[in-house]
Amino acid sequence: MIVAERKPIDEIIGFVKNCKKILLVGCNECVTVCYAGGKKEVGVLASALKMAFMKEGKELEVEEVTLERQCDHEYLEEIRNIIDQYEAVISLACGVGVQFLAEKYLTTPVFPGLNTSFMGVTEESGVWSERCQGCGQCILGQTAGICPISRCAKRLLNGPCGGSTDGKCEINKELDCAWQLIIDRLKELGRLEDYEKLIPIKDWSTERAGGPRKIVREDLKS
Amino acid sequence: MMVAFQKGADGVYVVGCLEGECHFLTGNLRAKKKVEYAKKLLDEIGVGGERLAMYNIAASDGPRFAEVAREMHEKIKAQGPNPIKGATLNKKAA
Repeated sequence: MIVAERKPIDEIIGFVKNCKKILLVGCNECVTVCYAGGKKEVGVLASALKMAFMKEGKELEVEEVTLERQCDHEYLEEIRNIIDQYEAVISLACGVGVQFLAEKYLTTPVFPGLNTSFMGVTEESGVWSERCQGCGQCILGQTAGICPISRCAKRLLNGPCGGSTDGKCEINKELDCAWQLIIDRLKELGRLEDYEKLIPIKDWSTERAGGPRKIVREDLKS
Repeated sequence: MMVAFQKGADGVYVVGCLEGECHFLTGNLRAKKKVEYAKKLLDEIGVGGERLAMYNIAASDGPRFAEVAREMHEKIKAQGPNPIKGATLNKKAA
């Protein structure tokens, strides 16, 4: 899922400090799972914003709505009939949702309520960590299911660097060395000979280096 | 919790069962963390996290419940009214 966290409240207040009526839009997908932008977080933020305004002797009307997704037309259409009533929108979706909402409704300013962090997993309740950087050319089949692009600080493709000590990364003693994890896992799988196979130079054009990416499926296009 | 303050409460306290004795096993421990989160948020918006508290009291311990109520009452009295109310009243007066 896409993992995000709420922006500092002062930053959010700054976006709408001159408004009297705003729409706060949550998203029922990834950001609900990571407790950043679901229905509950929309309610808490609405309360906090109202109180922050009241404390200054001002009033802020906040309408709350949580859409199934903000990255699909059909769900964003649900606010078409109401969006013009508001001076601004704060979206609690990931950056994708914020942008799609802003692209769709050109006359209302849309502000992000979250900082989108990474694509990752829920390690345990309240703990999320990165697992994928969307490089567009998955090599997990060669690396025992452990991604050196997202989990090695240097994104090395052929073994650990000299900074790997006791299985930990040199940038942070708490951080596992991705290549140590790969080697250990290959050993467990009886596939250590795969470690000897060199991964060729990666074509980074499928990652961000090639600019914004797009996938077109002709069989699905309307 | 947030809505209570938004509606003008000067203080709020959440009462859970004694730690380790929750019917829902860890419900009261999770509640404690949520209270901590809300306290931080109240600090951030200037309402004051010290107006919110969590206590653990056994369901049968009426005297302790009354004691905590008095304690919280004194604590909130010392802090004065919810600043939101003050700002709203000042605006009306102006």
